Amino acid sequence: MIRAARIVLFVALAMLARPLAASELRGTGNLGIVIERASGSVMIVDAGAHRMLGRVDGLGDLSHASAVYSPDQRYAYVFGRDGGLTKIDLLTAAIVKRVMQAGNAIGGAISDDGALVAVSNYEPGGVRVFESESLVQVADIPAVGANGKASKTVGLVDLPGRRFAYALYDAGEIWIADFSKGKGPAVTRLSGIGKQPYDGNVTPDGRHYLVGLFGEDGVVHVDTWENPLKATRILDGYGRGEEKLPVYKMPHLEGWAAAGGVLLLPAVGRHELIAVDLRDFKERGRIATYGQPVFAVARPDGRFVWVNFAHPLNDTIDVVDTLTMKVVHRLKPGPAVLHMEFTPRGHEVWVSVRDADRVIVYDAATFNKKAEIPAAKPSGMFFTARATRIGQ
Amino acid sequence: MSPMTQRSQKRWRWWREALSAIAFAVAPYSTVAGDTVPDPVKLANLVRQDCGSCHGLTLKGGLGKPLTADRMTQWDRSQIVHIILDGVPGTPMPPWRPLLSEADARWIADSLKKGMLQ
Repeated sequence: MIRAARIVLFVALAMLARPLAASELRGTGNLGIVIERASGSVMIVDAGAHRMLGRVDGLGDLSHASAVYSPDQRYAYVFGRDGGLTKIDLLTAAIVKRVMQAGNAIGGAISDDGALVAVSNYEPGGVRVFESESLVQVADIPAVGANGKASKTVGLVDLPGRRFAYALYDAGEIWIADFSKGKGPAVTRLSGIGKQPYDGNVTPDGRHYLVGLFGEDGVVHVDTWENPLKATRILDGYGRGEEKLPVYKMPHLEGWAAAGGVLLLPAVGRHELIAVDLRDFKERGRIATYGQPVFAVARPDGRFVWVNFAHPLNDTIDVVDTLTMKVVHRLKPGPAVLHMEFTPRGHEVWVSVRDADRVIVYDAATFNKKAEIPAAKPSGMFFTARATRIGQ
Repeated sequence: MSPMTQRSQKRWRWWREALSAIAFAVAPYSTVAGDTVPDPVKLANLVRQDCGSCHGLTLKGGLGKPLTADRMTQWDRSQIVHIILDGVPGTPMPPWRPLLSEADARWIADSLKKGMLQ
């Protein structure tokens, strides 16, 4: 009896210790990756078990790295700072394919049909598009604006109908590249949108593309259901002419959920979020926060928005109740909180704490710490459920 | 061993903790007050990680310009110190004067020129 129990225990332990293998039957819906920015590696994690399943090395410079997923949620496409585009198999914890597609990149997106991966580049600028299967380049779209300047591109997202939207940082334009007719895109250019667009994102329904401006106080709105497309300024002059504070980290537009019909956007150079009404895109109020917001990530149900802050106030997270529009909780996870990622239906949130070399998992309702996972300078975290969302 | 009584020890511990809590709270701003001695470990981490979010971890550039030694030859030390402390108006490069001392900025400028942080 005791011997049998021992054998069972031994087998159970052996199974736990067994490395991730494709031959092992399992789904990927609970998996994700954590970027380890300084070591150029990626952790493959099990969000349900709060543990690392494997680590993939050799991804180059991962400062400002992000990832998207294949529709079957098996493959991650990781966009590195150094222009590296790497396709990772989550089940084998291995690199399937890797290309150096540019000198300096900022992010990417995958088309709604999962066939095309687009990368947004700083050097040489523009957007390059690849077949997701082979990573063979299918299109190169240099971003030369109406001012004749080659431009860095930012805020690249997928739109329904095999389209991508992005903004031209140096030229102040928004471009929408439509691949629905094949590999040669039809590009719509909206020029004169404002100074230094720094990031963009689309509402979860894939309809409204919003771009934040750094060079002036304002946000640009494109309703992608309109024909012809046009760019409209919203929240114009939200800083009310006040001098903005030094910005030690660019805000990011990510993690939107329709929170009671309102979207919370970081105000550049200010310690506040701006609430935008999704019906008319007018301001519905401000929320004073601990520091300058970097990410304002909505819990998937939209009730709460978790906010982290720019250096040097980056040890704190504020939780905003979107019903009362007030900060209802303040957490101190540790030095350099870089990113927050909710589990698909929002019961937990993972928080990367760069200078503590760890990821902390919180109960999203009680704010209790549920787990800590060691990680080397962790930054972005991406769960496979992103594969099912528009604009990731 | 210690000449302190238990009570005074307790009080001393309380003060020490209170002081370190205050020091911790004002740490990001502490260099404003005076030209303190630069802390190379902290500054190297700041340059790689925080400057790195715009200039790249390997300092080869991003939204901000590359900060590699070969690119740094176009500016002299005082120009780099000026850019660090006062920023570049019209660009996202912020003034770091609220967070860094002149000595810190000089240490960063020298280290960048020597390629020590790449």
